[in-house]
Amino acid sequence: MSLMAEMNHKALKLGLPISVHFDLTYRCNERCVHCYLDHDDHGEMTTAEITDVLSQLAHAGVFFLSLSGGEVFLRRDFFQIVEHARKLLFNVKVKTNATMIHEKEAARLRELGIEQIQISVYSHRPEVHDAITKLPGSLHRTIRAIRFLKSQGLKVSISNVLMGGNFSDQQGVIDLAKELGVVYNLDPTITPKMDGDTSILGLRIAGSELKQIFHNQELVGDVEEFCAPPPPPGEDIMNGFPCSAGHTACYISPYGDVFPCVQFPLPSGNVRRQKFLDIWRDSPQLSEVRSIRARDLPTCSTCSHVGTCTRCPGLAYMEGNMRGPSTADCEKSYQRTGIPSANMLKKARTSSSGPLIQIQPLAGSEVLYASSPKANQLSA
Amino acid sequence: MAEKYIARSSAIAARMLGGEMMIMSAADSTFFTLNEVATVIWQAADGCTPLSTIVSQKICRDFDVDDDHAQRGAERFVDELSQHGILLVSDQPLIKSSPSPETQ
Repeated sequence: MSLMAEMNHKALKLGLPISVHFDLTYRCNERCVHCYLDHDDHGEMTTAEITDVLSQLAHAGVFFLSLSGGEVFLRRDFFQIVEHARKLLFNVKVKTNATMIHEKEAARLRELGIEQIQISVYSHRPEVHDAITKLPGSLHRTIRAIRFLKSQGLKVSISNVLMGGNFSDQQGVIDLAKELGVVYNLDPTITPKMDGDTSILGLRIAGSELKQIFHNQELVGDVEEFCAPPPPPGEDIMNGFPCSAGHTACYISPYGDVFPCVQFPLPSGNVRRQKFLDIWRDSPQLSEVRSIRARDLPTCSTCSHVGTCTRCPGLAYMEGNMRGPSTADCEKSYQRTGIPSANMLKKARTSSSGPLIQIQPLAGSEVLYASSPKANQLSA
Repeated sequence: MAEKYIARSSAIAARMLGGEMMIMSAADSTFFTLNEVATVIWQAADGCTPLSTIVSQKICRDFDVDDDHAQRGAERFVDELSQHGILLVSDQPLIKSSPSPETQ
């Protein structure tokens, strides 16, 4: 076991929040088509409130701190917040679009000992990237900032969210990352908006495109191993947790709301009204999340993918049941292995035992069979 | 032998986890966990107390080990952490800001 894995295991055993994602603002200078946030300011925490929360997080044992948004550089007190975080010896990662980073900001980030800067890049072509961010010139500014950050010796990673509109530019972004000397991370996940609006899910890449990704050796390494059928789950799997959300990690919004994860909008407390540790230890919502084992999942516990699926309990929650399947992850498991999930089979059965009288499509029109992956994707 | 003074670098991330200190170097992302004895040395690395004094006053007293053995172990530990830029070492007292209370 690596030291990092040991540390996570120990934090889980001790019930400590080792990792926190803290959004400092939802305001942003970009308007990305797939963004799940409302960019109006509904009363962000003040500098004093944020620094107090950071001190509480350090006291609670948090080690990994991700500062994100919105665009964090829109907060005039951003460096004051980072300075405080570094005095408290957090391992700090900053997520940004980097359009507001110049030489001076890059040098300051270096001085403050930031662990990593994660930057969103959607394409190597300005016409595609800028169409997604809706900010003319944004790709040029982002790439210029990456060069400033690299010249300071900082660790930079590109996060490439894939959608239908930029899927074909993926290799271009990989090549751009190589040219810039930064790490490339791919993310095919589009989540519903935080208010539950699912309209942006139509931007998700198609199942056939997911399959291409999962069978790309450059991205996944050993394709045969990565796409192998899941082994039968053992007792350890059935008694295991789905992910770190609420167990060793949580999310804090700019308004002080605490959630199990940024992708799991289950309100669990607010640091403006309660101490962070009281929320972490006593929140009934977090307790409920922590109580769930794989064996408790009505559909997923019967699924052959239960031990290898990337099932996100937050996405399941947004579909209506935190113990239910996350259909986007069912799709991923299916496209990776070619084996339908228990949820897909259940839906196919339900569909086939539908109404006794059905209107048949005309010959030549598009038919989406209930058992096809496309049909499941549409139902996501 | 020349006296050694040690101080914690500010280019690190650190936190106590269940009685052990976790440290990550910002320079090379090397990750360490310090055992109880090493944690005591780390916490006492204020830049102005000689390493020999830290060992004799904190390690030998609290962990019931002989001075020679403890000094040799402490030297090795300090050398290793200094190679990763996690501890600053000098034969003169180092001026350093006081440690964060959260790592105490």
